[in-house]
Amino acid sequence: MGTVPSALKHCLSYQHLLKEQLWIGEPAAPPPALHPGQEFQISGFPDYVKIVEVGPRDGLQNEKVTVPTDIKIELINRLSKAGLSVIEATSFVSSKWVPQMADHTEVMRRIERHPGVQYPVLTPNLQGFHSAIAAGATEVSVFGAASESFNKMNINCSIEESIEKFEEVTKSAQNMNIPVRGYVSCALGCPYEGNIIPAKVAEVSKQLYSMGCYEISLGDTIGVGTPGSMKRMLEAVMKEIPVSALAVHCHDTYGQALANILTALQMGVGVVDSAVAGLGGCPYAKGATGNVATEDVLYMLNGLGINTGVNLYKVMEAGNFICTALNKKTNSKVAQASFNV
Amino acid sequence: MLGLGLTLPRPLPTSAELTVANEAAAPARGSCGTWVTCSAAGRGEGHVTRGRLSRERPKMVAAKRALPWLAASLRPISSTAAGSLPKQVKIVEVGPRDGLQNEKNIVPTQVKISLINMLSETGLPVIEATSFVSPKWVPQMADHTEVLQGIQKFPGVSYPVLTPNLKGFQAAVAAGAKEVSIFGAASELFTKKNINCSIEESLQRFSEVMHAAGAAGIAVRGYVSCVLGCPYEGKIAPAKVAEVSKKMYSMGCYEISLGDTIGVGTPGSMKEMLSAVMKEVPVGALAVHCHDTYGQALANTLVALQMGVSVVDSSVAGLGGCPYAQGASGNVATEDLVYMLHGLGIHTGVDLQKLMEAGVFICKALNRRTSSKVVQASSRL
Repeated sequence: MGTVPSALKHCLSYQHLLKEQLWIGEPAAPPPALHPGQEFQISGFPDYVKIVEVGPRDGLQNEKVTVPTDIKIELINRLSKAGLSVIEATSFVSSKWVPQMADHTEVMRRIERHPGVQYPVLTPNLQGFHSAIAAGATEVSVFGAASESFNKMNINCSIEESIEKFEEVTKSAQNMNIPVRGYVSCALGCPYEGNIIPAKVAEVSKQLYSMGCYEISLGDTIGVGTPGSMKRMLEAVMKEIPVSALAVHCHDTYGQALANILTALQMGVGVVDSAVAGLGGCPYAKGATGNVATEDVLYMLNGLGINTGVNLYKVMEAGNFICTALNKKTNSKVAQASFNV
Repeated sequence: MLGLGLTLPRPLPTSAELTVANEAAAPARGSCGTWVTCSAAGRGEGHVTRGRLSRERPKMVAAKRALPWLAASLRPISSTAAGSLPKQVKIVEVGPRDGLQNEKNIVPTQVKISLINMLSETGLPVIEATSFVSPKWVPQMADHTEVLQGIQKFPGVSYPVLTPNLKGFQAAVAAGAKEVSIFGAASELFTKKNINCSIEESLQRFSEVMHAAGAAGIAVRGYVSCVLGCPYEGKIAPAKVAEVSKKMYSMGCYEISLGDTIGVGTPGSMKEMLSAVMKEVPVGALAVHCHDTYGQALANTLVALQMGVSVVDSSVAGLGGCPYAQGASGNVATEDLVYMLHGLGIHTGVDLQKLMEAGVFICKALNRRTSSKVVQASSRL
């Protein structure tokens, strides 16, 4: 039952089990160079893509079941061993709003801090920021949105007011040499406003970047984007922000995530957010999925010969661990295909 | 309302409406019925209906805002954005054959017929109806004659059927088939395991079908399986795919559908394979048949489109699992494909709402959950 392959019960390691799967291998050799005269739309991909693992925060936050602190810590520790360089650990938000993240301080204090791995945490305001620093955080994130209505419904203020709050955070962060990552939600559509114009996304992104965010993660929060809208949005944003400071955070609610990520890669984006096992549903479409699965992203990147430094087997193991703990089926198709019963 | 727990999403604007919307530069609003339906434009100008949602609290409205995204995405794409993407894509719906064939539960004949009829209403130009193969091998397709004779044949829609050999071909023609398909593979081991002969021998069998089809004026579509990997051989050389494709094309197949049978391909391997095949077969005669077993199907399809391919196979509700990876998915869902294509401004002629209805229908009959993410996101369950 569940996603635990029977081989596990016979004490075979996942590595052994999965290596028998032909397709989960080392990254493929990069595709051959195009011959001159072959004018396809496929432009060069980045050599290296940084994966920002958001499962422990964004993923778990959108799971119904409250996860025990020990399980969260174990998940993050396993992800740390998978070669990921960024793992969003938790959120310093009021437990009244997000009960799942009530144990933020304990999580932050007890996780293994692997060298070379960043563990950013969400800090919606100055108070959260101070708690985060006190708990040992060395990187924080702030969450903006390209939609007024979404902002109002989510954090009960306008975009402008939220930017002011974030500025307080970024100023304090700068004083303490703490890097800040900026998120822009609803970059390709909003559950309340509908269509979002690319210029608005560019405007909010620019504000976050100008106040000192080192990277802007553009989120298709409800997964409605397609390669066309992704391209248009990125074109607008890239007029204001260098592509090297951009990331995409695609939700797979309509199955478009990998196609959208591919488009972003073709445009030079080199940072992709994803969640192990595709953790996290969509709060705006009941029963639908949310985050794209890290395993599936890795599979695609490996197939493209793009370096990530991440071990897909280990991510799959971590995914299997958390799905067992949550008693749920993985949303990763790679994991579904690989765990033969 | 369907009464099946599926909330019909807001209908799409016509291009006229879009022009007005673009000029007004107003963001799409949800809470009043300003959108109109644009149905199968490929069949002549679509009729127009209006939809109106009741005023509801934001969360409920949000939950229903599924398909207006298509409306927003349908605004004209600049030439730089679209680049070399085809302006239209022919979707070959393989659900009733490839899909059902790989479903565990046997589906009654009448249900199959109803499914195909519903699909015919969506604007799909090609619907693979059944397979004239021995029921000993494929019990699901035992009712092939009854199905082919029982469906409504919509004008302008093709209903190809699989014919693995001359006997099947003759039975198909006797039952009224006007188009047939033959299935080759780029892997010797796969061919051996599947139909117990070598690739060369299989092509000889097919040539019998080709001759008979040529004589009867019946079009033949060729499939090549395992183009991006084989469950037995592992990696498949692009040159091999090109070789088999070329042979089938030279034999007279009007189109070659390149199938990533186990869904292991990625955009890189898709590009490599297509580059090789396109040296031998004109891109206008190529189709891609991507399985979503590893979640790569839409990304792979996108790459194929960027390379000029304009025919894509898919299966309503993503019917059909993968016989080589238990519990895994198989065919890419037509709904998800159409969502992407429409979002890219590519014309398909397909009415996504009607397609979703057909998918909900067959999933209910099969007592299974849809594999389409678009339907999952749109359902009120």
